[in-house]
Amino acid sequence: MSASTLAGVAFAASIAVAVMAAYRPLGDYMARIFTSTHHTRIEKAVYKTVGIDPDADQTWGTYLRSVLAFSGVSVLALYGLLRVQSHLGHPYAVPAMGPSQSFNTAVSFVTNTNWQSYSGESALGYTAQAVGLAVQNFLSAAVGIAVAIALVRGFQRSRTERLGNFWVDLVRCTLRLLLPLSFLIAVVFVAAGEIQNLHAYRSATGLAGGSQTIPGGPVASQEAIKQLGTNGGGFFNANSAHPFENPTVWTNWIAIFLEIVIPFSLCRTFGKMVGDKRQGLAIAAVMGLLLVTTTGLLVGAQLAHHGTVPTAIGSASEGVETRFGVPDSSVFASTTTATSTGAVNSFHDSYTSLGGAVTLFNMMLGEVAPGGTGSGLYGMLVLAVLSVFIAGLMVGRTPEYLGKKIGRREVTFASLYILATPAIVLIGTAVAMALPGERASMLNSGAHGMSEVLYAFTSAGNNNGSAFAGISVNTTWYNTALGLAMMLGRFLPMVFVLGLAGSLARQHPVPASDGTLPTHRLLFIGFLTGVTVIVVALTYFPALALGPLAEGLH
Amino acid sequence: MSVTTLLSPMGQPSEPVSRSVGGGLLDPKMLLKALPDAARKLDPRTMYKNPVMFIVEVGSVYTTVVAVRDHTAFSILIAIWLWLTVLFANLAEAVAEGRGKAQAEALRRTKTDTLARRLTTTGEELVPAPQLQQGDRVVCEAGDVIPGDGDVVEGVASVDESAITGESAPVIRESGGDRSSVTGGTKVLSDRVVIEITQKPGESFIDRMIALVEGASRQKTPNEIALNILLASLSIVFLLATATLQPLAIFSKANQPGLPDTSALGVHGVAGLVLVSLVVCLIPTTIGALLSAIGIAGMDRLVQRNVLAMSGRAVEAAGDVNTLLLDKTGTITLGNRQASEFVPVGTTTPEALADAAQLSSLADETPEGRSVVVLAKANFSLRERASGELQHAVFVPFTAHTRMSGVDVDGRQVRKGAAASVMAWVLESSGVVPTETAAVVDGISASGGTPLLVAERNGDAPPQVLGVIHLKDVVKQGMRERFDEMRRMGIRTVMITGDNPLTAKAIADEAGVDDFLAEATPEMKMALIKKEQEGGKLVAMTGDGTNDAPALAQADVGVAMNSGTSAAKEAGNMVELDSNPTKLIEIVEIGKQLLITRGSLTTFSIANDVAKYFAIIPAMFAAVYPGLDKLNVMRLHSPQSAILSAVIFNALIIIALIPLALRGVRYTPSSASAMLRRNIYIYGIGGLVAPFVGIKIIDLLVTFVPGIG
Repeated sequence: MSASTLAGVAFAASIAVAVMAAYRPLGDYMARIFTSTHHTRIEKAVYKTVGIDPDADQTWGTYLRSVLAFSGVSVLALYGLLRVQSHLGHPYAVPAMGPSQSFNTAVSFVTNTNWQSYSGESALGYTAQAVGLAVQNFLSAAVGIAVAIALVRGFQRSRTERLGNFWVDLVRCTLRLLLPLSFLIAVVFVAAGEIQNLHAYRSATGLAGGSQTIPGGPVASQEAIKQLGTNGGGFFNANSAHPFENPTVWTNWIAIFLEIVIPFSLCRTFGKMVGDKRQGLAIAAVMGLLLVTTTGLLVGAQLAHHGTVPTAIGSASEGVETRFGVPDSSVFASTTTATSTGAVNSFHDSYTSLGGAVTLFNMMLGEVAPGGTGSGLYGMLVLAVLSVFIAGLMVGRTPEYLGKKIGRREVTFASLYILATPAIVLIGTAVAMALPGERASMLNSGAHGMSEVLYAFTSAGNNNGSAFAGISVNTTWYNTALGLAMMLGRFLPMVFVLGLAGSLARQHPVPASDGTLPTHRLLFIGFLTGVTVIVVALTYFPALALGPLAEGLH
Repeated sequence: MSVTTLLSPMGQPSEPVSRSVGGGLLDPKMLLKALPDAARKLDPRTMYKNPVMFIVEVGSVYTTVVAVRDHTAFSILIAIWLWLTVLFANLAEAVAEGRGKAQAEALRRTKTDTLARRLTTTGEELVPAPQLQQGDRVVCEAGDVIPGDGDVVEGVASVDESAITGESAPVIRESGGDRSSVTGGTKVLSDRVVIEITQKPGESFIDRMIALVEGASRQKTPNEIALNILLASLSIVFLLATATLQPLAIFSKANQPGLPDTSALGVHGVAGLVLVSLVVCLIPTTIGALLSAIGIAGMDRLVQRNVLAMSGRAVEAAGDVNTLLLDKTGTITLGNRQASEFVPVGTTTPEALADAAQLSSLADETPEGRSVVVLAKANFSLRERASGELQHAVFVPFTAHTRMSGVDVDGRQVRKGAAASVMAWVLESSGVVPTETAAVVDGISASGGTPLLVAERNGDAPPQVLGVIHLKDVVKQGMRERFDEMRRMGIRTVMITGDNPLTAKAIADEAGVDDFLAEATPEMKMALIKKEQEGGKLVAMTGDGTNDAPALAQADVGVAMNSGTSAAKEAGNMVELDSNPTKLIEIVEIGKQLLITRGSLTTFSIANDVAKYFAIIPAMFAAVYPGLDKLNVMRLHSPQSAILSAVIFNALIIIALIPLALRGVRYTPSSASAMLRRNIYIYGIGGLVAPFVGIKIIDLLVTFVPGIG
């Protein structure tokens, strides 16, 4: 093993250890946030201002309507802000964003996707970045966590129609979790050299005599929540490859840690809230197993490529920042696609075909390993429900998960959930490939070009937001189509998750016995992992075959 | 063919310990017989109810059109095998139904045109049985067929119920009590009874049985519906994956203009024939084809064990049961108490006690009395005395007043009976009661047994207590193991008995049940069921009396004994025709087996898809992207042979699994973990591997077909 590979392994392993160390305290803390009956003074003030009864308990329908209404208003507000930003007065000139791109961007940030068809330094002013995008970075992450908590309450509660209060969950998650943590992280990032200012762009003359523009902006503060909230929308076009966003190897380490720490720790929250921590650990184990495997495959593909140049220099280093090197960049690429972050510190389009296939596969898993903040947990729990249904039948009982029967309603919601995202991704890709005009957006021809389109819709439909690059997506068609893909890919699953939560909460719990399928043991962990992989592989295999596999198998 | 052999293939009520639930074997003749029915089911108006197979049928029609147009060997073979896939699915269902139909046919024959002797205010009149109304009273005498379901309100008769139970021994039916119900179609063998009709016209027990075994009243069970939803959504996913492949394929082809068209891929994309084949191979056809057969066969397995489930829901619920309420008598213990030990007191030798005990019991024809004789013979080789030996013997029969029985022979008086009575008899004549007697009697009582005192008086000598016979409930053999299995499956067993708590505890301990309910009344039973259900548990019970009816109705699985009252049969959701309460355990196993079979075949079906991709994807696209040939890990001969082999495998696996669907997956009671491990290995891992082997073998064979190889 070469020194750089070894360093890569140490890099990844140390992140894993750090996440494990944070798992318990952070998970328990989050459980406290969502089970506490106490409202802080600031929270009370917020509820009073907005006119919310914080002690009202909502049914799943009300909870869902609250989520949709809040997100709808957020999209409109952000859209408006982007359309009028030229009038807001900036230290540098910013044009208003066009309608289709504004729609795309507004939806993108509200859905926690953070797909960017614009370039941050030229298209946005500081107001839009800080008041528009950064705010949504917090809120969209909090919405995801709130929905996950509602599902957990579905398991935790019984004989009730009530799943908690969306507004309380949203406010608490933002004020007690995301804001304080982001503040601390931003301070660290500033110390590391990330910028945090409101300066106008500066012109400078380089050593060679050429002139360049050096941008400014409140970057560190946005960078913290970008990673912590699995958002991934970069302040600058180069995203986490930009030295102002991700200056050093250790900020790269922190960035990756932040992406996965909440999604993993939410499993502990889940275990704690349902009163069986082993259940949370089992879900975390499945996520971990998948993430470690795909990360290993991705790093392996990048290091062991047999192309002429990669062979000569020992790895596929095209499109990779020399600051980070191939292994660290590959780890970043894996975690950013396996969580719904979508930030990039290297260009996935330049990756080896099989390496690119892994990033695609990570997203195709449905963002569940460990997935986005909240969305990872609810996605994996839905897969667990389906696995329990099949495995439960195999032990000769009406399947039950955590004492809740998985019957007709539950299977219906779970089936619709796993149907929704593939439908969006496959139909989107197929339509784009069928339209000659949209095919022209591809930078590359052949299988690689097809991968670019597949990647775009996979990223949008799964709310990841990372770009393969190489495809020009700032067209009315792509802005609209991908915007719709993001919207449907976010809210359709949420409808089904909350529906599932509602029907679980209504049930009588069934006491566990020796005849009950144990869902915390190794056997079930393996089964759930297998179901997750096989369901994905079966759905996307033909598309993958014509894209990265066609290109990568020789 | 007689009804008896049809309904009771095992002849006798099953033994309490039958290890695993077997099932009928698949007879090739049955396949042939079911063929016309299977063909009839091809009607799209029937097919659409099974969405998975309906997709295959639509595909078959399409490929037939293609085959007619371009009549190549490949297209013709694909069309044929797709039709076979649909046909095989229908065949599975038809075979499962066929078994029920044969039973229904036999039952129908018992519905002869009986004339009923209806009582009127003035006398009796003859009316055809179908015209009887609820509440009518009819008279039946020896030789009459009972015209409808009802309760005996007057008289007692022996009745031949073999028409429905398959059991040839006659049963007693009498007015009042728990043995009053009679079933239409059965025959009175002796005496005369008056029956009040309780059924509505056309809704007799036999009518319901016919409807049940024919599957006419079959409704999808909750788990089956849930599984259908999952299968439908998987089918949609695969339809989407295949449909959206077309633009990608056209693009891929167009991008390499130099390459020639293949039979699978041309300028206009993937050939329709190939796309249809891909869809059919991917959608879960295996489980889709067998799902309804599994359900029908599950009900059928119950019928074969002489249990009638009124709904499939009840069978499924049986698999979910957490608590079994079992009546002590008949289920856990043999019907009667038996002598288990002779305990001599004073100076008496065990042989002397056994001899006296045997002597006193010779004329005692009660099962307890017989058991004393049997024990004496077994333990002390005391043969039964021939009747001639005891010519002068005077037997003293048991009366409720004296509470003892015995014999006077050659001046020797031997008495056997309840401890207090015998003791009184001895003390009356200032006889000898050894001091330890009281202790022995109390000890036996405390252990749950019944002490019988034996005393003797020789001539004028004072009478003397010889010892004590220990009568105890005999737990059926193998029950403890059975309950241990139940425990491993997570099922709690509760023994219900009218005994006092002390006795109940002793028997409960011996039998190994988890709990007991002593001095049980119907109200207590009801309360226990409600308490269990309150905690989310599912409860199964058996019952036969009218006062069991509320509890039977309350229980999630209520099994009424056929010998019981019509109220009980009406309240329960299953009827046990052999009136053997131990069957409850088998019912639970059949319920579980039904679910396991569904789950296992679903897993198998989905796991199969992996290999099919490895066969079809390279066949479709290796011409455009040669690298994809690496996925052809089975090294299949040609694109055509690969696709054809996958389609053929897909069809044949249905036929291959019909016996398993009808018989059910092998079930051995064990913990959920052990069961899951076993089934994942066999049907999950097996399902991944088997098609690789199967498709390869079929590929080797189809290359011999002209036009393919």
